Amino acid sequence: MSNSDASVRAEALESLLIDKGLIEADQIDQTIALYNERVGPMNGARVVAKAWKNADYRKKLLEDGSKAIEEFGFVGGQIDKLVVIENTASVHNVVVCTLCSCYPWAVLGLPPRWYKDPAYRSRVVREPRKVLEEMGTVVPEDKLVRVWDSSAEIRYMILPELPPGWSDLSEADLAERVSRDSMIGVEILGAV
Amino acid sequence: MDGIHDLGGKEGFGRVQVEEKEPYFHEQWESAVFAMVINLGDNTDRFRHSVERIDPVSYLTDTYYGRWLGGLESKLVEEGLISQAEVKQKLLSLGVADEGRVAARPSDKVAVEFKAKANQEYPNAARTLQTEPLFQEGQGVVVVPTGVEGHTRLPGYVRGKRGSIVALHGGWVFPDTHAHGLGENPEHLYTVAFSGIELWGEEADADLEIRIDLFESYIRGF
Repeated sequence: MSNSDASVRAEALESLLIDKGLIEADQIDQTIALYNERVGPMNGARVVAKAWKNADYRKKLLEDGSKAIEEFGFVGGQIDKLVVIENTASVHNVVVCTLCSCYPWAVLGLPPRWYKDPAYRSRVVREPRKVLEEMGTVVPEDKLVRVWDSSAEIRYMILPELPPGWSDLSEADLAERVSRDSMIGVEILGAV
Repeated sequence: MDGIHDLGGKEGFGRVQVEEKEPYFHEQWESAVFAMVINLGDNTDRFRHSVERIDPVSYLTDTYYGRWLGGLESKLVEEGLISQAEVKQKLLSLGVADEGRVAARPSDKVAVEFKAKANQEYPNAARTLQTEPLFQEGQGVVVVPTGVEGHTRLPGYVRGKRGSIVALHGGWVFPDTHAHGLGENPEHLYTVAFSGIELWGEEADADLEIRIDLFESYIRGF
């Protein structure tokens, strides 16, 4: 379907739903504004920075992600059960949804196109090192690679390793440096 | 269903195409489709199944929100909220006489139990179960070898494969029935670990592990 075909078809559906009183035009605008303004990886980054700075919080986060992030009051959904997985010196973790595009919206925002495209979904469960290398991330040979396929309603977020040299930064400064991709597991922070 | 959406392990798709500084929505219509789905999102399983059933060529060539658009239309038609004749009429009023390829594939096999209203929260799919889980952490399991005709969250690439339970998640709504209006039928959910070699043979890295969430009826003890 071309972009203009999709555009007019979406307009037709929206118009029909409004005619039938199933949806209001305001709701559409409010939803779009909410996600554009308040839902994004800056939320997950705050969680990661806090876990790096606070060992007790880190422990709670790894035990029960949904409960540990309650204090932030994030909106956006898709975190019925959030499981946070830590990258360590021996294991590198990466997340995918091979069947559709499951992703923890409330902490990472809406997923990028590549996460939803066939190339990533088909390949990362089979040859993750190669896929990550093509995306600019070389996983050290001595690490095991563990891929998490989110096939049910559990949502996964990666707690990246704190890069050497970042330990003196404040929590707020750290939060600004944590990337979306590091929390999906396709990037290693601080790697040159 | 063994549809085009079940992509794990398929080959030939090439490099991952990354767009720098990507916006959530590339076009205004994409954001409208997203918002319509969110505001009418009473049953995620049913929506996922309607996306799986869009025609395979459209699935691969439409963008992500193009797939959502096709899925949304099927879902609305199946729920009796709109008809495809009404869509056609509306398109005519917007100056479109030739519809071209239509991605939506409404099915008469989906039971109508519609009760969605706008502004509903996504209902949490976790359910408390009275039954004990059949499997425990560390236990070896084998995945059933076959899929099902309708919606399922059992990807093809783990069917018939042996793995081990690494986590128990309690009871969750069973998508295979919930997507079809056949009830929630909650089941225990597990995370199961597989070695790369079990799934892909000797070509896999020896230290690769894949973990995936599977419902109890997808697995057997051995």
